[in-house]
Amino acid sequence: MDKFEKLSGIAAPMPLINIDTDMIIPKQFLKTIKRSGLGVNLFDEMRYDDNGNEIPDFVLNKPAYREAEIIVAGDNFGCGSSREHAPWAIKDFGIKCVIAPSFADIFFNNCFKNGILPIVLPQEQVDVLMKDAEKGANARMEIDLEAQTVTTSDGETFAFEVDAFRKHCLLNGLDDIGLTLEKKPAIESYESEAAQARPWV
Amino acid sequence: MTAPKTLYDKIWDAHVAHEAEDGTCLLYIDRHLVHEVTSPQAFEGLRMAGRSVHAPDKTIAVPDHNVPTTVGREDPSNMPEDSRIQVAALDTNAKEFGIHYYPVTDVRQGIVHIVGPEQGWTLPGMTVVCGDSHTATHGAFGALAHGIGTSEVEHVLATQTLIQKKSKNMKVEITGKLLPGVTAKDVVLRIIAETGTAGGTGYVIEYCGEAIRNLSMEGRMTICNMAIEGGARAGLIAPDETTFAYVNGRPHAPKGAQWEAALNWWKTLYTDEGAHFDKVLVIEGESIEPTVTWGTSPEDALPISAVVPTPSDFKGGKVEAAARSIEYMGLTSGTPLTDIEIDTVFIGSCTNGRIEDLRAAAEILKGKKVKEGMRAMIVPGSGLVRAQAEEEGLADIFKEAGFEWRLAGCSMCLAMNPDQLKPGERCAATSNRNFEGRQGRGGRTHLMSPAMAAAAAITGKITDVRTLA
Repeated sequence: MDKFEKLSGIAAPMPLINIDTDMIIPKQFLKTIKRSGLGVNLFDEMRYDDNGNEIPDFVLNKPAYREAEIIVAGDNFGCGSSREHAPWAIKDFGIKCVIAPSFADIFFNNCFKNGILPIVLPQEQVDVLMKDAEKGANARMEIDLEAQTVTTSDGETFAFEVDAFRKHCLLNGLDDIGLTLEKKPAIESYESEAAQARPWV
Repeated sequence: MTAPKTLYDKIWDAHVAHEAEDGTCLLYIDRHLVHEVTSPQAFEGLRMAGRSVHAPDKTIAVPDHNVPTTVGREDPSNMPEDSRIQVAALDTNAKEFGIHYYPVTDVRQGIVHIVGPEQGWTLPGMTVVCGDSHTATHGAFGALAHGIGTSEVEHVLATQTLIQKKSKNMKVEITGKLLPGVTAKDVVLRIIAETGTAGGTGYVIEYCGEAIRNLSMEGRMTICNMAIEGGARAGLIAPDETTFAYVNGRPHAPKGAQWEAALNWWKTLYTDEGAHFDKVLVIEGESIEPTVTWGTSPEDALPISAVVPTPSDFKGGKVEAAARSIEYMGLTSGTPLTDIEIDTVFIGSCTNGRIEDLRAAAEILKGKKVKEGMRAMIVPGSGLVRAQAEEEGLADIFKEAGFEWRLAGCSMCLAMNPDQLKPGERCAATSNRNFEGRQGRGGRTHLMSPAMAAAAAITGKITDVRTLA
């Protein structure tokens, strides 16, 4: 997994609540058997018209945001389907961080597995960041995972919370499965106890 | 004496294989259900790392999302190329890694969340996961069940565990009795309307109360299925005699002495008196009407007697979201819901594709005809549900009414197969999501119960099922 340490990038404002994973990557793109190549279809139905032409008003089609690496959004980002194609598409586009007042659980979790940092901040702070993002390409936002801070282009800094284990994995680009397999003896000892207690499972 | 525990606490405690100092746990997984869309990258990951499936006996695969629901589908040339490749990948992976498998040619094939309980793979007190958010369905058995992403699918395949932190406890109690014409679907839509789609985020919800107790297993599965639509990763209902009667005799349920032992443990799976819930919601069962959605979020649900709302009825970000929904749905604020004309009816999905759902639809449709010009389809949740419906004569009622009678699969719930809405088409659907484009680009979805969808098929508009003679 890619490490996430610091990021200085353009933030795209998406002031919508309940941005669901069907919006992020519609179902017709879930038929892939790969993890890569989904970026071109990120937000497909909002980004392209029926003929496949870009809709100029959509934020990621605007010249200022085509290179965005951060999304600032409304409540409950990533709700709906568990499809990991959503964070894969986000990552493939080049977005490495999403900031919102709240996230849906499964999406939030999926981000960490793909080197994307989802940041939860109170609505008032997200409002400030949204305004900052609306300034366009000259306003770069700074994210420092080690220090757990987001800094606006005006130098205003907000602190965010992140689970210590997840932070450690992101900072070091660690593979969960490798870490868990180190605990194989604990898993096996659980299995033999469970086989005694609940042999029907 | 130990502190009183919730049902969730009990199942959680029984499955912690390892706990780190910061509270991060390895939760042991008893059943891992797999389908073709969210698993190919996980199996590929195992292959690349030279890893095997840790517990193939606890892993069950079935193709459901992509499969056509029309006759002749077992011929791969009748499937679009990309779908065919995905289903073929599941075939190969199931064989190569030695996991249980129900291919499309097997009568037991169906939607993964219908097949699991039907075959007795899902049992009370278990932990169940699947790369699908509607895994919450299995919570109806008092199993801790939730959806996971593909990286976690790979993690469970490799280790039979998940890295988890414990969620908070939420109780949703439905008191008293449900009125005639009100079903489990109406109950869960009402719950989501009250909590909002994010109200359950970070929680496991236990549904309880007299109205929940009186539901069949099918109804309980409908309720837990949509826990995720309220933001909760998992929903739970304590197992009871209804549960045990459903499970008893299923192919993979315990038998003989093992059944007795299992039953003894299952009977301890309830929330202790005085156990702590972080959040509680109580709804009077009698206050629930047949409920339908008007917008593009499952929280946009209203009683059938209501009108399409006005954006200014809402607060905060919902004002703009409601305006966007009303525009997308092609509606006008103030229109009675019963004036909304529809052109398509879809009955099926992991929410409402079980035998009881088909019986409810058949009861409304018996001797009636689908309104001319409408497209109506019934997609049973599994091959066995289909066979049972044929045996009970339900299929004849549907066909005579003018419904298409399909083979099992996810179908138009998410429209990954050829069953899709065209732009502007408006569907009465028994599925679980009314998101923009969910049933096809530009398609408009109104969620409701099977009886309400059947009523809409007859009249051509959203209809209070209680007003049909």
